[in-house]
Amino acid sequence: MAIEVDGQSYETDEEGYLADLNQWRPELATAMAIADGAPLEEHHWEVINFLREYYEEYQIAPAVRVLTKAIGKKLGKDKGNSKYLYELFPYGPAKQACKYAGLPKPTGCV
Amino acid sequence: MAKVEFATPELKEYPIIPKLQRDAMAHSSPYVAKDKFQEPLGYPGELVENWKEVAIAKMGELTNKYRSLQVFLDSCVKCGACTDKCHYYLGTTDPKNMPVARQDLFRKVYRRYYTLAGKLVPKLVGAEDLTEEVLDDWYTYFHQCSQCRRCSVYCPYGIDTAEISMAAREVMDTVGKGQKYCNEIIGKAQTLGNNLGLPEPALIDTLEGLEEDVEEETGVAVKFPLDVKGADILLITPSADFFAEPHIDGLIGYAKVFHEAGASWTLSSYASEAANFGMFIGSYENMRKLALRIRQAALDLGVKRIVFGECGHAWRVAYSFLNTLAGPFDFLDPNYPVPQHICEYTHDLIQKNALTFDKTENDHMTLTYHDSCNVARASRMGDVPGGQFTIPRDIIKATCNNFYDMPEHAIKEGTYCCGGGGGLLTDDLIELRVKGALPRMEALKHVTENNGVTHMAAICAICKSQFSKVFPYYDFTMDQIVSVHQLVSNAIVLTQADEGDSDEDKQSDDAEAA
Repeated sequence: MAIEVDGQSYETDEEGYLADLNQWRPELATAMAIADGAPLEEHHWEVINFLREYYEEYQIAPAVRVLTKAIGKKLGKDKGNSKYLYELFPYGPAKQACKYAGLPKPTGCV
Repeated sequence: MAKVEFATPELKEYPIIPKLQRDAMAHSSPYVAKDKFQEPLGYPGELVENWKEVAIAKMGELTNKYRSLQVFLDSCVKCGACTDKCHYYLGTTDPKNMPVARQDLFRKVYRRYYTLAGKLVPKLVGAEDLTEEVLDDWYTYFHQCSQCRRCSVYCPYGIDTAEISMAAREVMDTVGKGQKYCNEIIGKAQTLGNNLGLPEPALIDTLEGLEEDVEEETGVAVKFPLDVKGADILLITPSADFFAEPHIDGLIGYAKVFHEAGASWTLSSYASEAANFGMFIGSYENMRKLALRIRQAALDLGVKRIVFGECGHAWRVAYSFLNTLAGPFDFLDPNYPVPQHICEYTHDLIQKNALTFDKTENDHMTLTYHDSCNVARASRMGDVPGGQFTIPRDIIKATCNNFYDMPEHAIKEGTYCCGGGGGLLTDDLIELRVKGALPRMEALKHVTENNGVTHMAAICAICKSQFSKVFPYYDFTMDQIVSVHQLVSNAIVLTQADEGDSDEDKQSDDAEAA
């Protein structure tokens, strides 16, 4: 599978996750979100950017709790909970936001 | 994230055996593993050219090696007792999800090549050639079995479909047709130590974060130790406990219990996974590799005991197979069970009045308990029969004021699978997962309406993730599933370890007492 952005093709796995993390560009996230029918807004980007930063340091997406804590610190306590994150990413913050951020899908019993 | 179009089954007041719909789930099969996930496990990267011969030979090897498998294939009398016992059949109405029909997909090929009648007069005895169509059917329907063993409880011969399902998956892996979800995960666990692929620095960061959170919330410095040499207890828990919700609340509960017991304990970054997906694909070799990591971690850290966290199939592997896979564990303290379940550990402390609870902390919830299939039907806890049913319930009742069981046919030995067990907890099988959850959802709805139940507790990482995902399809909310040790965590009254009474002092006290 592949996704096309600005005339260039990017390889993805069966579930639409980018095959090569280094190929990621913000335009890819935008295109994936539009394809899912829910364009990205500023709040989405705050999460996506945090995921990318965390991944760069730890080579894995953050635990849901780490993510909610970080978002809570940044945007206020009322947003530091999984309810807020599920409103932003209804398919699950870990999986959907990871996909937009170009990160591999978290695997296991999650 | 294209939405899969399907209708969520309607919840009925009591279970009804549905009208059959041929091929209702023929379209549902998971992604096939690519070579990069197959080869590290010792399987061919794609379907081998002579796959038929390889598959038939493997079938013969397995029926020779596992006599139980041959007995299960030989002994079915088609009595029909199992037909309405599978949650996937009840939820999907597909006749091939009747346990006997699922077994027959494998049995008909076994008969053709390994029985005299099947060789001579195949049509008379329901024997069939192995064809590409049959292989596709195997891939589809042996990935619609969560190996929960409910059908085997009702079979007069005790035929275990799970074992047939595992064998079929091993045959498919051997010819190069493995399942992506399981095989990718097994590869990660064998190289990084856990299913998530959580590297050590991330684990350290997560555990430090938990220490901060718990201290902030309770004012008590509860520790989450990692790789502590010379600790008494090694905790082996599913990596979902480090990552997902409500799993992580259970992990906090274990840590609080250890804190209150004054125990010296540790997690291991080398064996940071309880789950063992090697069982799901029926692979002794892969299951053994994962089990050996636990042995190695126990030896390297010099622990005296191994305790398992809340993970259903891990407990089956631990309780039933750990000793033969990775034993002997003669280097551990023989005064304790090898291994021990965290529920046994907490329950023992409750029996000794060593823990104090404020049950009102859980008064905002009315609980019920979901027996996880592998704990209920493939293992035990404590030293009396049925301990795996009473011990978790005793813990809930010790920590909560409001508890009601679901109807009898849906709990204990008769418990229904969550719908996501056996290596099926993957997004590409979401339709199957939603439909397979039907019988559990009906039982839950019953106690919701009749007893005011608001939350369901479980002791399995797969069950917890599955329910948080499928609940919304049935008008429940994802936070209605909780960890048993989350209830412990809420209710436990923590004591401050004061300066003069450090952990070391407590341990030496314990040692003296012993």
